[in-house]
Amino acid sequence: MIAALVTRLGDRGTAIMVLTLMAFAVLVPILNLVVPPSWPIHVPTYIVALWGKYLCYALLALSIDLIWGYCGILSLGHGAFFALGGYAMGMYLMRQIGTRGVYSHPILPDFMVFLNWKELPFFWYFFDHFWYAAIMVVLVPGLLAFVFGWFAFRSRVTGVYLSIITQAMTYALLLGFFRNNFGFGGNNGLTDFKDILGFNVQSGGTRNALFAISCVALILGFLMCRAIITSKLGKVLIAIRDAESRTRFLGYRVESYKLFVFTLSACMAGVAGALFVPQVGIINPSEFAPANSIEAVIWVAVGGRGTLTGAVIGALLVNYAKTYFTSGFLAPYWLFLLGGLFVMVTLFLPAGIVGAYRKFMAQRRERAAVAAAEAASPVPEARPAE
Amino acid sequence: MDKETLTTNSLLYLDGVTVSFDGFRALNSLSFAVAPGEMRAIIGPNGAGKTTMMDVVTGKTRPDEGDVMFDGAHDLTRLDETQIAMLGIGRKFQKPTVFDMHSVEDNIRLALKHDRSPRGTLLWRDSSEEQDRVAAILDTIRLNKIRDRVAGSLAHGQKQWLEIGMLLAQEPKLLLVDEPVAGMTDAETRETAELLKEINQHKTVVVVEHDMSFVRELGVKVTCLHEGSVLAEGTIDQVSENERVVEVYLGR
Repeated sequence: MIAALVTRLGDRGTAIMVLTLMAFAVLVPILNLVVPPSWPIHVPTYIVALWGKYLCYALLALSIDLIWGYCGILSLGHGAFFALGGYAMGMYLMRQIGTRGVYSHPILPDFMVFLNWKELPFFWYFFDHFWYAAIMVVLVPGLLAFVFGWFAFRSRVTGVYLSIITQAMTYALLLGFFRNNFGFGGNNGLTDFKDILGFNVQSGGTRNALFAISCVALILGFLMCRAIITSKLGKVLIAIRDAESRTRFLGYRVESYKLFVFTLSACMAGVAGALFVPQVGIINPSEFAPANSIEAVIWVAVGGRGTLTGAVIGALLVNYAKTYFTSGFLAPYWLFLLGGLFVMVTLFLPAGIVGAYRKFMAQRRERAAVAAAEAASPVPEARPAE
Repeated sequence: MDKETLTTNSLLYLDGVTVSFDGFRALNSLSFAVAPGEMRAIIGPNGAGKTTMMDVVTGKTRPDEGDVMFDGAHDLTRLDETQIAMLGIGRKFQKPTVFDMHSVEDNIRLALKHDRSPRGTLLWRDSSEEQDRVAAILDTIRLNKIRDRVAGSLAHGQKQWLEIGMLLAQEPKLLLVDEPVAGMTDAETRETAELLKEINQHKTVVVVEHDMSFVRELGVKVTCLHEGSVLAEGTIDQVSENERVVEVYLGR
């Protein structure tokens, strides 16, 4: 059973991706913690945190590729699920602050004391337990996606209409979380975290651990997506993407498939958000901004939609470029660059980086095969009768 | 035959079916019945309601009025596409619709009768029995040699056959085939007629077709539609001699 799964998942791209991420998970912490700072190969702590953040984005991109690349569902509101997972983790981290807050209240987070609240709202109960927060990280985005998808897919909302209502969803959440009386810290969001599972979130050791965990989460997410798309269910998803009504007339319940994959994707995005928050130290309503969700779709498009590896490469590459360009003299033009990049990719690399690479390799193989065939039999073979 | 026996003895039974789109009556009190094991050809000029009739039977369109019964027991007007497909009605579209990104073999596999739930497909495992069924269908539709080709790269006629093969894999009781020879060469048309006759030995088939010579080749009972209702019914010779048919359809 396991051996069969390994052979099914084990194409070259998967192997390279998994091994590279494993190497990252081990090497980066060593180069940061063990190698002395004076050495040129030392990795500074800020780089660990930065790339840890990129890895979370890559997991978000992967979740988008699963639904967009393989089932044709273009969600322009996936940042909402990412942010909800982040808030669930943020609530746990807030409750860990305890008396170390500015107002030293043993139970209430600072912003609640500031708002003159006397007791903890019911939806903050149990968030002092990590296991409970961990469940919520998956459950809350999953539940929202399930309810949203239930109505949308049953009513057969597809294409651009679905994209628009996902935007509306994340925008509505943005407005909600901005409000102080919503109970999630208003526009400041949740921040000033101290501990995670008893470890200082600021310490180098914790940062490296979170980096390694992000690598592992990305590997697991990647393998899960591979397992899905290489199963027969994955073939049905592609069938739905390419010819939805044909699939329906074959007797498949299209909405069940969409609902399954959309909910799963939202859970993945939630996990990504939960790993993101302790590494950047803050979660606020701006994470719900529609622009964030659109940017995540751009990562996938740049890397190559419907390839999985492309989603990861696209997310890492575009975010690295973003950091690079927003810190130099090009900073004011970053958004133009991003927009230009999307236009360029659409025009010249419609299948993204990985798609273009695959096409190039396929053409090379074909040329080699033709050359080999010509070398073997110099006489041109007769055209087969049609 | 009275209505009661007609309903219960027919595999497909339409009675007084009316469908309007923005006031235009695509089907106007359409009634006809198809017996089990029969092959029926439906002809008619453009806009006669042939495709709308297919849409009603397969659950894509709900009629405003009328009954559509399947197998004497199932009211198709209350079911959706998936439920109707699971009852055993397969449909071939006018334009060949196959899964272009999948191989010929995978197209057939996706259509094979088995558990259609997400759980079932996620846990699906290959079996030699299933491989045999796929091979048998590929032989019937004459595509066994190119089973690994991507369906999108097939010639038009091959796509039509592949779609018919997918219908067979569904193991339906009734096949609805919309213009199977549109865009085919004469040789392919003849082969398709053979193929449909072969299929008809075990299954009920309803063929919608424009091509009169093809209908003649099938040699089955013909129903001619016009403006959403039945204009004439009988053998191809009877129908093509009918004065009204000649007037509206053959254009003489």
